Amino acid sequence: MSVTFRSRSDDTPILECRNLSVTYSGRRGDVPAVVDFNLTLMRGEAHGLVGESGCGKSTIALAIMRYLGVSGRITGGQILFQGRDLLSLDAAELRQVRGADIAMIYQEPMASLNPSLTIGEQLIEVPMCHEAVSRREATKRARAMLERVRLADGDRMMRSYPHQLSGGQQQRIVIAMALLSHPKLLLLDEPTTALDVTVEAGIVDLIRDISAEFGTSMLYISHNLGLVRETCDRMTVMYCGQPVEVGRVQSVFSRMRHPYTRGLFAAIPSLGADKNTRPLTAIAGQLPAPGERPAGCAFGPRCASFVAGRCDQGTIPLAKVDALTGHVSRCVRVDEIDWLAEPPPREQRSTDVLSESVVSVSALTKRYQQVSANDGLSFEVNRGETVALVGESGCGKSTFARILMGLVQATSGSVTLSRVELSQLPVTKRSMKTIRSLQMIFQNPFDTLNPSHTIGAQIARVIRRLGIERDEARIRARVLELLDLVKLPRQFADRRPRQLSGGQKQRVGIARAFAGKPAVVVADEPVSALDVSVQAAITELLIDMQRREGTTLLFISHDLSVVRYLADRVVVMYLGQIMEQGRTQEVFAPPYHPYTEALLAAVPVADQNMLKRKVLLGGEMPSASQPPPGCRFSTRCSYRISGVCDVLAPPNQEFASGHRIACHLPREHLLAMQPVFREASQKTDYVS
Amino acid sequence: MNALIQQTREHRRSWMTPAQLIGALLLIVWVPLMAYVMFHQALGIAAPYVLLPSVPAVLALYVMAIYHWRESWVAVLGVTLVCFWLLVAVTVPYLPLLDPNKPLVPLALPGALKHGMSFMLGSDMRGRDVLSRTLWGCQRVLVWGITATSVAYVVGVGLGLIGGYLSGWWDEAVTFVGNVLLSFPVMVLFILVLNVLGQSGFNIIIAVTFSSAPIIMRIVRGLAMQEKSRDYIQAAQTRGESALWIMVMELLPNIRGPLIVDACLRLGYTTVAITTLTFLGLGLQPPDPDWGLMIKEAAPVALLWKYSYMLLVPSLAVTSLILGFNLTADGLREMSQRD
Amino acid sequence: MRHLVIRRVIQTLLIMLTVSALLFAVFDSDQFRKKIAVAELGNFGAATLSDSDYQAWIVSKGLDQSFPARYVTWLNHVVHGDLGVSIEKDVAVSTLLKESLSSTAVLAFYVFLIMIPVSLMLGVLAGMKEGSILDRVISVIAVFTTSIPQIATAALLTVVLALGLRWVPTKSAMIDGFSFRELLLPLLTILIYEIGYLVRMTRSAMADVMSSQYIRTALLKGLPYRQVVLKHALRNALVVPVTLILLELTGLLSQVVVVEVFFQYHGFGRMLFDAANFGDIQVIQAATLVAVCVAVASQLLSDIAYVLLNPRLRVA
Repeated sequence: MSVTFRSRSDDTPILECRNLSVTYSGRRGDVPAVVDFNLTLMRGEAHGLVGESGCGKSTIALAIMRYLGVSGRITGGQILFQGRDLLSLDAAELRQVRGADIAMIYQEPMASLNPSLTIGEQLIEVPMCHEAVSRREATKRARAMLERVRLADGDRMMRSYPHQLSGGQQQRIVIAMALLSHPKLLLLDEPTTALDVTVEAGIVDLIRDISAEFGTSMLYISHNLGLVRETCDRMTVMYCGQPVEVGRVQSVFSRMRHPYTRGLFAAIPSLGADKNTRPLTAIAGQLPAPGERPAGCAFGPRCASFVAGRCDQGTIPLAKVDALTGHVSRCVRVDEIDWLAEPPPREQRSTDVLSESVVSVSALTKRYQQVSANDGLSFEVNRGETVALVGESGCGKSTFARILMGLVQATSGSVTLSRVELSQLPVTKRSMKTIRSLQMIFQNPFDTLNPSHTIGAQIARVIRRLGIERDEARIRARVLELLDLVKLPRQFADRRPRQLSGGQKQRVGIARAFAGKPAVVVADEPVSALDVSVQAAITELLIDMQRREGTTLLFISHDLSVVRYLADRVVVMYLGQIMEQGRTQEVFAPPYHPYTEALLAAVPVADQNMLKRKVLLGGEMPSASQPPPGCRFSTRCSYRISGVCDVLAPPNQEFASGHRIACHLPREHLLAMQPVFREASQKTDYVS
Repeated sequence: MNALIQQTREHRRSWMTPAQLIGALLLIVWVPLMAYVMFHQALGIAAPYVLLPSVPAVLALYVMAIYHWRESWVAVLGVTLVCFWLLVAVTVPYLPLLDPNKPLVPLALPGALKHGMSFMLGSDMRGRDVLSRTLWGCQRVLVWGITATSVAYVVGVGLGLIGGYLSGWWDEAVTFVGNVLLSFPVMVLFILVLNVLGQSGFNIIIAVTFSSAPIIMRIVRGLAMQEKSRDYIQAAQTRGESALWIMVMELLPNIRGPLIVDACLRLGYTTVAITTLTFLGLGLQPPDPDWGLMIKEAAPVALLWKYSYMLLVPSLAVTSLILGFNLTADGLREMSQRD
Repeated sequence: MRHLVIRRVIQTLLIMLTVSALLFAVFDSDQFRKKIAVAELGNFGAATLSDSDYQAWIVSKGLDQSFPARYVTWLNHVVHGDLGVSIEKDVAVSTLLKESLSSTAVLAFYVFLIMIPVSLMLGVLAGMKEGSILDRVISVIAVFTTSIPQIATAALLTVVLALGLRWVPTKSAMIDGFSFRELLLPLLTILIYEIGYLVRMTRSAMADVMSSQYIRTALLKGLPYRQVVLKHALRNALVVPVTLILLELTGLLSQVVVVEVFFQYHGFGRMLFDAANFGDIQVIQAATLVAVCVAVASQLLSDIAYVLLNPRLRVA
């Protein structure tokens, strides 16, 4: 096949990958990262690449850029950019393509900007290099581009260094830098993963507008199905370096024809469902280790529809699902599986919450020098209940957890556990009874276990330390029992953390927290660092353990979907203060606090049947060392009443019993708010 | 439950972990060597035999090291050099060598055969065999070097953990003491300490501790502060573990990687320091053979090209040992970065 | 930024006060005092010094005051440049110091003059492409040169350059005035170690920067490789080496002891060494004090340079 003489007309795809294969060579031999990848991207089209970590999606972007480092190399196939083979370019031609024709946007904006050059300097070198314009002209263009990515105060921005900007601003700078050369193709590698959800919503909105305005084609890499649904025209689902399902976004979402796609979808909580109406289903098993691809269908070993002799033979081709839209699926049984079958209904899980308060917080305040991390928190947690503390980074939810656990002491106010005052009591001064009844699950699975000790030794230490068992054999028996409870093989007792996957480590973390039969467990973002399919399993395990032990769960999270899924009550925090609290159904339905409303609207939705109202937050989160006077949310609130909101502290308005909103807006106004979500069939002026 | 207990009783533990085995072997090498060099008189009649168990221990350590680090030829080369000198140190009393301290034939050139004695590397101006002196010389450097470095490590790690983990006033105090000591240039500090306390091997240990411990303290402090913010430390705190337990059992094992690399480098620095001090006539006293001393004694004599072997041999010996330490450190660092 | 610098200056002053008090306390003991008394009273040894003479000397020197008072007096002398008199040479210590420091400064000047460009260039070249042949060659040589102790370097260089090739004299006493040829051996001895050390540090800093994400950004912007290295990488990679170069002022004070003694160069190190061998307490005390001053100053400079070169610290 010759491409050299092909004419460049409008129907030439911007980007075409043909049977692309990429291999990394390491100490343990060659590991294929991408196998037989095909992609056609037309002008102005946005294509989503979805998959879990290690599925090869970032490798594809780097391969297109021909930036695979010393260990990676393209072992087969072609990458055609406007009909031109990128793999045959020499260094000078490659430099022309990079930045000028294809630009990339990265996951961590802070790390991708040079810390010792001003923003302006980093921006203007793009046009200066590619279009050889003067410094003055380049500066003018850069200034103009900053406005188009909606960055206010452009002159100050140009003079700033990256560390002086917030994450959202940094990412806008990176986007501006990419757009300055008017590229034909944008590669976006998880551009919002490192950002808070309301900031993410702003960036996603910007990206959508860019593709409309500039006509740039985009390859959007993400692990988030909802984001891809909101930004892309077509999508490819990746598994183990291979596309397993490709098609138009609507087509794939309405007719998922690969077991993995369905698995992913079933594993994410939806804002419209809770643990009782739609239980999460985790994908069984684990990702195969790199270099250990199963024969036949790579997903076979984890697939419920697996048939020996067919799924594990030869290479599985992409089968047509819908010829018209080009919807294909890499499943040999695509025509046999009953795709419409509902998952088996789960037993109804009843909630028996006693109205007996276990943890009681009142007017709790924590100040670090000038920074007020917690300001006047007041709420109750009842026995057996799951209470979620929600908010974006810097809202003070983790500070509260640290006060409760006794790692730091409060400045004023009180927090009691079973009527024992804890706010001024460091953990070293607490009684063994208090320590035992209050345990914690941590966020980062790679940090939660001590890398130097075996799993068994670490759980045993907790049992010994908390004085649950004293006899060595009984301790060992209890360790094995706990491993059974968190569904880990008993051999794991002798393993070290580095031999475990993230999800398995988090299971050990849960076993450790529940080892002493605590009354209250604080879970600080326990699933946010995990892959989608693992998140579901850990969330379900947490719910199971809590039910079994009758534990009270204080769940700290920024992820509203997970909170909606498992919490009984929700406390929404912003800049160290509580904005709204109430039962989950009440918080997720009007009347909302304006911040809750914005937060809800920012969540990307993967559900085809849900329509979302657009609410965008302006401005930046103010610094916690100089919180705005009056209502702390007033600087970003679209309903702000000047002279009131920015002067006076808002009153707590009570709606249902326990549903409190701290807002100046008149009660009628709050009551008249429209829901953020609607079923698809109901109304039309919602964006999809 | 009972069945479970039964099952766990059957679960046998191996009698020694690899880490314990390495520790034991190191002790078997180091304790006899230390006794032999530092307390030779006290050993009396047992002196000729104490080094015997160390010989297989050195060999075992060497085999374990090259097997474990086989992926890095740099580390293997380094360990080979270090273990060569260790092996020389523990076998030198049993080797058929001329007496290192006895004046035999002055200024015999390398390869000379005089009075029925073969001087493979020649003899010095006082007629002592250079080969024999060089081989015997490694004992002093190794023993005092390893001992001084170990003492500096115990002090430095202790203070670093206190400063890094406890922070606050503890940190301020420890850091200040460290900064005061670090404001002395190393050699100036050595000269000062040895002048005030007098010249002896034990005062060398003190001088090395004064100069190295603050640096080790800084490294440990930095690592501890980094490690302290990790969740597993908080997990230990929330179950009410004492600060001492957390520092020693939770924190220390996880910062050992960079510390081992630094220890190898520091052994090299200490070797340099000790040979330099004997060269300056400030450290260990003659007549026992010592590389620094050999260079010092040869420097005024070896002004003729043909006598330059007297400078060359001890210089190459000390270089090879330091190179061994440095290559080991480099190899270890390279391997730790690869994972 | 100003806050950081002021904090460091205060810390430095505190350290200097502590060190001077320590030094004073150490040399304020009877053992050392007697030595000075013997020298000043013209006796032949501590044994022949009568107790009454000694006591009278102490009173005449004002040494019967309380410790803080004595310390303040001493400090006052030091600040005014009165560092006592050398027992061995019967000259004011300040004169001795001035001469020896200026000789050492000449040596140090040439060391820095050659070391800075050579090591930074080699380090950057090696770190630019980690794992390349150039990198390996430079790294291996650097490990080697940093493994040779300076007494060995000095010995080997003497053997080769002075005894073998007869290019330079074996000693650098400079009896007939300054001669660059005589300076060569001490200079090379110091350079061989220093360059190796700095090359290794520069290389690892450069390699770290080259594997960072912002270098990837710059490359994928389509900038020429030269520009990426010169504009994006160097600025970040040279921060650490620059601070280390300033710190090497301290390291040099240690190294000159060995080198100057070996080559009989009359500098600061030689003076300290002679004083130590003779027990010339006033000289040891003064030399240590000066050395600490230089060291602390270089640490302060290095810290300030770090703040200045780091936009994160410079622009809060």
